[in-house]
Amino acid sequence: MSKRVALEASFATAEAARMADVDVVAAYPITPQTHVPERLAEMVANGELKAAYIPVESEHSAMSACLGAAAVGARTFTATAGQGLELMHEVVYVASSMRYPVVMAICNRALSAPLSVWCDHSDAMAVRDTGWIQVFCQNNQEAFDMTLWAFRVGEDPKVLFPVMIHFDGFTLSHVTEPMILPEQSEVDTFLPKFQYPFALNPDKPMTHGAFGLPEIYSETKIAQEVAFRKSKDVAIQGFKEFGDIFGRYYHLVESYRTEDAKTLLLTMGSFTETAKIVIDRKRDNGEMVGLVSLRLWRPFPFEEFRQAVKNAETLIVFDRCISSGGPGGPVSSEVRAALYDEKEKPRVVSFIGGLGGRDMSLSDFEYVIERGNEIAEKGSEELFETVGVRGKVTGIRG
Amino acid sequence: MTEKTEAMTRERVTGRPRLLIPQTAGFVYCPGCHEPLVARAIAEALEEMGMGDETIGVFDIGCNSFLLGMLDIDSVLTPHGRPPDMATAIKHVYPDNIVFTVQGDGGLLAIGADPLLGVLTRAEKITIMMLNNAVYGTTGGQMAPTSLVGQKTTTTPEGRDAIKSGFPIHAAEMIATFKGTAYSARGAVNNPYNYERTREYIKVAFGKQMSKAGFSFIEILVACPPNWHLSPIDSLKWMEEKMIPEFPLGEFKNVDKIE
Repeated sequence: MSKRVALEASFATAEAARMADVDVVAAYPITPQTHVPERLAEMVANGELKAAYIPVESEHSAMSACLGAAAVGARTFTATAGQGLELMHEVVYVASSMRYPVVMAICNRALSAPLSVWCDHSDAMAVRDTGWIQVFCQNNQEAFDMTLWAFRVGEDPKVLFPVMIHFDGFTLSHVTEPMILPEQSEVDTFLPKFQYPFALNPDKPMTHGAFGLPEIYSETKIAQEVAFRKSKDVAIQGFKEFGDIFGRYYHLVESYRTEDAKTLLLTMGSFTETAKIVIDRKRDNGEMVGLVSLRLWRPFPFEEFRQAVKNAETLIVFDRCISSGGPGGPVSSEVRAALYDEKEKPRVVSFIGGLGGRDMSLSDFEYVIERGNEIAEKGSEELFETVGVRGKVTGIRG
Repeated sequence: MTEKTEAMTRERVTGRPRLLIPQTAGFVYCPGCHEPLVARAIAEALEEMGMGDETIGVFDIGCNSFLLGMLDIDSVLTPHGRPPDMATAIKHVYPDNIVFTVQGDGGLLAIGADPLLGVLTRAEKITIMMLNNAVYGTTGGQMAPTSLVGQKTTTTPEGRDAIKSGFPIHAAEMIATFKGTAYSARGAVNNPYNYERTREYIKVAFGKQMSKAGFSFIEILVACPPNWHLSPIDSLKWMEEKMIPEFPLGEFKNVDKIE
């Protein structure tokens, strides 16, 4: 029997790693990720989890140790946040290029300076192009579910890519919510034992990650890209298998009350659940608004996204990160690019808010929808507008 | 008694160094923490040397970040573990000023071990002050390179097991072995005698910069009652009985000229 428990997202992801029976955890503590390695260290110490827990000296070393573990075929897990993800950046690329299906939880955190331990999506967006499969979670149940799913998809022989699970620092990582923990037997049915086909083995010597001369580098990267984009099919299959076993069905793009909606709001992460309340209120008032949330961020689900927004007139994108000097929030620019060649497409309006842990309340989401509709109707010279920022500047021109 | 009159009484008894910014509302340190005493020792040392206006402090991420707000000197906060690099560059631009870093044991010996090694190798004429509380304090008490064998931390809930995770680093002794080091000492601020001694160590270390003798280092043992799960008073006892025997106080190297 599955059981209903109360856990914060950090403990939820640690429980998933335990039930996935990970072999190696290498991590360096950083706020707000600390509860993840602490819980795993406790599980290793009290025998709940038979794994090597390596308390390395930095995030750069954490991911490097994960590479070592994955190279010999160990199921490998780590977690970090904000500055930590930035420090490991170099090795983040290596993990995906060497096709090591490491799973990493990210408690999303703003980047310095000024120093902030609170949530936004700057850390996630900085690793957008690193070749990791990336999903965003709306709540703590999803932090658990996506962690299990990450092992299933990343380790699939057709995939062999590392997976990042993003959940908002503090808003989810430190907030206790009710959630369902499944039976170990259900997890075992969903998640087969990890068999890395290219594990280093002294009996059959091979080389991982050798020099790539100009004669072969491009071909290697293109082959990696082809395989990476194909992983979307396994991601979908993974969600289906997950739903069949655990009863919760997920989609690459989640739609909420989008039927006949003229205006759609697009959010990622924990913003989504707050936005749902505002959508409900507006629907009760007879307004034709809906919500779209990107669950799979990489590889970008182009088809599923276009399908989800094709009937809307206005698409309001609410970013939690600035793309400095760029075309708007990172999500809004991706979304615009995805729609550019479509004949029929909604007008995209870009907002940025919730930086460095600034709370966004229901009224902020109401404002975003109302102001977004106004901009869609009357136009605006600004690339994006800000939400809840004091001072005279309410938007940025190109 | 209001906060203000309390502060004034304190000032009358001991005197407040000019460089120490009075802390009233928003004081962030936990009860029983020794780090504010280190700020005071630095302020007193600089004032006695008359170098308050000639000094630049480089602070790391961690509890020591907040010392930056206690000292009325030029100061800058770096990414985690990088103060030695930033201080090196500042010192090269201002060779006649005192440039020091304040870092935790995690910031200097774990994530910042490579900048430390670089500074030692190049014998940079800066001062590094390392606050050793035997845990990662800010993040909630995980095992640090200085955690004692058997010490319970949140990542070693059964106590640090030497077979699995090794032994504490003795930074002051290790740094003394480098030829480019002019000064290396370990102090504590757990009682008035040790406090006075540590302040003198700080003055000697800064002096090595002024005479351009070489690199100088001071390790300072500080209590962390919340992460040691002890009261402030029991923390003093733990420091006397466990920490000081493991990390003996004193000077490990003191030379005026490196030959």
